[in-house]
Order: sequence, then structure tokens, then C-alpha cells
Amino acid sequence: MEDFQEQEYEFLRRLEEEKVGRRSLLKKGAAAGVGLTVLSLSPAALAAKKKATADPPTIGRLAKLSDIVAAAKKEGKINTIALPPDWANYGEIMATFSKKYGISLTNDNPNGSSAEENAAIAALKGDPRAPDVVDVNPTFAGDGANAGLYSKYYTTNFRKVPRAMKDGRGFWVGDYWGAVSIGVSKSIVKNVPKTFADLLKPEYKGKVALNGSPLTSGSGRAGVFAAAISNGGSLSNVAPGIDWFVKLKSVGNWVPVPATPATVASGQTPIVIDWDYLNLAYGKEFPAAQWVTNIPADGVYGAHYAQAVNATAPHPWAARLWQEFLYSDQGQLLFLKGFSHPALFTDMVARKVVPNALIKALPAANLYAKVKFASPKQGNDAKVVIKDQWPAKMGS
Amino acid sequence: MIPFFAYVTLFLFLPSAYVMVGAFKDQHGGYTLSNVADLVSTPNIRHAYRLSIEISLVTAIAGALFGVLVAYAAIREGSPRWLRSAFTTFSGVAANFGGVPLAFAFIATLGNLGIVTQFLYNVFGIDIYANGFSLFTKTGVELAYLYFQIPLMFLIIAPAIDGLRTEWREASANLGGSSFQYWRHIGLPVLFPSLLGAVILLFGNAFAAYATAYGLTSALNIVPLLIGADLRGNVYFNPHEGQALAFGMFAVLAGMMLLYLPLQRRASRWAR
Repeated sequence: MEDFQEQEYEFLRRLEEEKVGRRSLLKKGAAAGVGLTVLSLSPAALAAKKKATADPPTIGRLAKLSDIVAAAKKEGKINTIALPPDWANYGEIMATFSKKYGISLTNDNPNGSSAEENAAIAALKGDPRAPDVVDVNPTFAGDGANAGLYSKYYTTNFRKVPRAMKDGRGFWVGDYWGAVSIGVSKSIVKNVPKTFADLLKPEYKGKVALNGSPLTSGSGRAGVFAAAISNGGSLSNVAPGIDWFVKLKSVGNWVPVPATPATVASGQTPIVIDWDYLNLAYGKEFPAAQWVTNIPADGVYGAHYAQAVNATAPHPWAARLWQEFLYSDQGQLLFLKGFSHPALFTDMVARKVVPNALIKALPAANLYAKVKFASPKQGNDAKVVIKDQWPAKMGS
Repeated sequence: MIPFFAYVTLFLFLPSAYVMVGAFKDQHGGYTLSNVADLVSTPNIRHAYRLSIEISLVTAIAGALFGVLVAYAAIREGSPRWLRSAFTTFSGVAANFGGVPLAFAFIATLGNLGIVTQFLYNVFGIDIYANGFSLFTKTGVELAYLYFQIPLMFLIIAPAIDGLRTEWREASANLGGSSFQYWRHIGLPVLFPSLLGAVILLFGNAFAAYATAYGLTSALNIVPLLIGADLRGNVYFNPHEGQALAFGMFAVLAGMMLLYLPLQRRASRWAR
């Protein structure tokens, strides 16, 4: 079963590389068959071959973790980029990795964007400071893969990651996901709003904020998606979401301040539409605000981030070890501790390796049941609509 | 001179040239005029330039006006010496206080739940937000910009005010000139070239400000925020459009200089 899947991935990869159409492939059936046979030689032989060339592996499951660890330790360093320490528990994740393997970790530009991550790979080619691994949103993961910025790497647990969260060619794998939520400071707002419809009530005048402008912030754009779903729009039609924000603005409830830990702690943004993992983290960090987080039942929108390895990583083995670490139970539970849903969540729940306390810290699982993810195409289409309409309708 | 030219080349000419060339490129590296044509043909962008220029003009002129009055009050003959040093020190700090910290300071005082807003409501029963004020609009951004524009004006105009000699005023008074006549015929003409230059500087200062506006109201449609959206890119990534927008800002500033230079020449005619 597993070998079959591996072959499928290899097959897709070759298909991509050779740009062979389906029809001509059928003609070349025999040849392709031979190719697959060669690739499906015993894993040991393949591993031996990899070792002989001393190239870092492409398929984690076929390499020995101890080999990866040894080679990574020899490199001794790893460069990450744009991982905010207070985002999805990355602070603890980085520290744990560094301590566990004795590899020193440099996290460049902690508040950088996905675009900056891809730009850094391209600009720092051959530079020892180049990022080894990136954590980007899926549309940028697709762009980066197509631009040849990433190396293929199938982590050991690749096949357990839900299909919608990974790239069949192996260029990127989703690492964690979150859903749009409504965070509310109970110390300021007595009547906690739970849905997008609630947020339009007059009692929330001047209180509702986003994480940032949908023109610059992925979280802001997610807010528009969720509002669209709750107001007759869909993943392919975000305009009703923009109109909802126009309504929010016209009734006076909208605060255009981008929510930050500072505005949350000081109560300047008492209601924030943001990722669940960020809102839940506020709750833990600022007990005085009595921050509660709800998943709006009328618009459940989710998005994942994606891990990828730099094709010209200065520390290619450490980069692969980072992937193995993130997709291990330990790494995945650290994401969960930061209130995001790790990619292997369902698998880990089934294997009963998730502590109850961590599950209880999240909003009830049934709220997430309706969650919708946008495809890269829907994401890109939405950008065009938002760019066109948001400044005109919201930016006077 | 060599260090100066090296500095100017590395930090001014090369980056500007890079932006200018980039403005005429497309995403694939070919040359195109469409980025620059978009500046004129896209209503959002036209609106952004209009709003940016308006905010910059309002804060430059208001900042210059208040800055001059404060500077004159603080350093004219008869004002205590400590007043001047206190203002100079404060201005040195305030003129450089900007960005997200400034935005946050304003939110914490004049925001919906800011302490001043709350104070006015609790003590005087005045709800400024119900009366049409909002910190998160154009007016709010202008108010926040004035926080650094006025002190900057103080710093750059103080030397010029020092240049107004007491003897001139005395001579004017001896000849029977009123205070109004002194300012109309002596004070303002002497100050005018410096005032003009200062207004241009303040204009540029406000025109390019990014973080203060973003921190206050991420939704305001002004040019630096549009460039930020193109470059920051968690959502879009279109650096060439950003460079075209920056090219447009160069053009606006160049236009200001074209207005400024003849005025400056005319205003300082007496000095020759």
C-alpha cells in the first residue's frame, strides 16, 4: 500500500518534470512502466544509492532518521525565516528543536511575509544566511514550487497529511491550519457576539477589528472569506464579504486599527476577527482581558500554512531534520499547544496520542466540522476582487 | 567630497535608479509601460494620490503655521532661556516619534476607548465619537502627523527666527512702523524663503509616512500603504506596481520642486 503511494508520487513527479501529456503517456506506457520498475527497486538499494552520492534524501521514509540527525548535527546550523515566536507556538518549537539536536537556529525577519520568504530564497542563493526552510501560505507555496525555489521532500509522515493540504509533487506540505474566529474581551463586552450577524448589532459600536488590511494580511483576507460565506457568498465569490465589511463600517462598528497584542491587552480592539490560534493565544497571554474565542457558525473558513525546503539550502540536512521534527508527534503537539490544528491532528487523535488538556483548550470540534479551505485558484481570484474593491469601498 | 558622493550614490542615486527602472518592468522582466499607465487609469490609485497629497498639504501647512508660532513664542527676545531649551529638546524627541508607537499612543488616548475619549465622556458627558470625530479617518491621521510635523517645523525654523535681529524691529518702531507693518515688510519677507523650504520638507515627510497611517487605520487608501500592500505581500506580491507607485511619488515631489524653485528665487530676491 505504502509502496504503491510512493510510486504514485514518483509517477506524478515524472509527469510534471517531463511535461508529458496524458495521451502521449499512454503511448509511452511501456517505457513509463520500466521507469517505475527502476524506481521501485528495493528501498535499501535506493537508500544506498542516495548515500553514495551523499545527496540529502527526497523521501524521508526511505532514509534513516539517525543518518539525517548525524548529517544535520554536522552542519550544526539551520536558518529559518518569518516565524513569529508568538505565532502558533513557534517560539517553543524553535527552542525545542535547537535544544533536542544541538543545532543552532537563526530566525531571520520574524514578522516577514510569505512573499518575503520566497524573495529571500531567490535573493540569497548561495549565501550561507539563506533560509533553509520556509513556512508560507498555499498560494505562495504554489508560486515558489513553480518557480523552482523548493526542493522536493516527502517527510516520513507525508502520506498521513490530508490530501487537500499537500502538494502531490512533494514541493510543499501543509503543517498546521486554523479557522477564522471571533475573539472578544469579556471585561469590556458583556454580551459576547458569536456570529457575523451578531457583529452588526449597535452595542458593538467602534469595537470590531481585523488582524490587518486584507490587502496585506492573510488573516485579514481570511476574514473577508469568512464574512462572504456567512453572507451568501462563497469561496469563489468574496464580494459579499467586502460588502459585509462596508456594512460593518457604515453602522460604525468597524475599527480599522490592525489588532496586535498591544491593542488587545489595552482593550483598544475589544472584538477581533482573526485566526483561532491567535485569538486563543491572546486568551492565555492576557488573562485580564478575559478573552474568549468563538468560531462563527455562519462562516467557518480555514486555511493552512505550508512547509517547504529551499532548493539551494545552505544546510540541506538540517532542513530535512526540521521537517521530520515538525511532522513528528512531538512537533505536531507543539503546534497544537499553540492552538493551531496540526496537519496530522486526525491521525493523532485516532492513535490517542493527544493529551485531553490540549483538546479541551480548543473550541468544540463540531464547530470546525463545516470548515472550508480555498483552493490556490480561489485564493488568487479573491485577491483580485479584494484589491479592486477594498480600497474603493473601505479606504476613504 | 568623495565620501559625500559615495554616500549619495549608494543611498540615493542607485536605489532611485533601481526604482525608476523597475517601474517600467513587468513580472517576467520585460519592459512595459502598463504599470505607469495604471497610475492614471486606475480609479483607486488616482484616489490614493489625491488623498496622499491632500493629507500632506494639510499637515505641512498647518504644521508650518503652528510650528512658526510656537518657535517665535519660545525664542523671541524676552522669552525665558529655559523655555527655548525645553522646546528644542522636546522637539528633537517628538519630531522623531512616529510609526506604530505613535499610532498606538494616539489610539490609547483618543481611540474609541482612549483615556481622553473616556475622560471627556465621563466628566463632561461629551462623546466625541458620537459627534463625528474618529481617530481612524483622514482627520485622525492628519492629527497624528501634526504630532511630528509641528516639532520638526520648530527645529528647522528656529535658526531662521534667530536671524531676525532685534535692531530691525527697533528701527521699524523708531520710524513709526506698527507691528503689522514690521511683519508685512520685514519679518515675513526675511523668513519667507525658509518657510517655503520648510513646507516642502514637511510635505515630503508626510507624503512618505507609512507606519503611522498603517498603525492607525490600515484601510486608508494612501500611496505608501498601497506600495506596502504590493511589497509586503502576504496577499499580493507585485513589486513592479509598487515601484511604479514610487515613481509617481517622485513625480509629485518633482512637481513640488518645480513650484518651489521659482517661488524661492522670487522670495529671496532681496538677499542678492
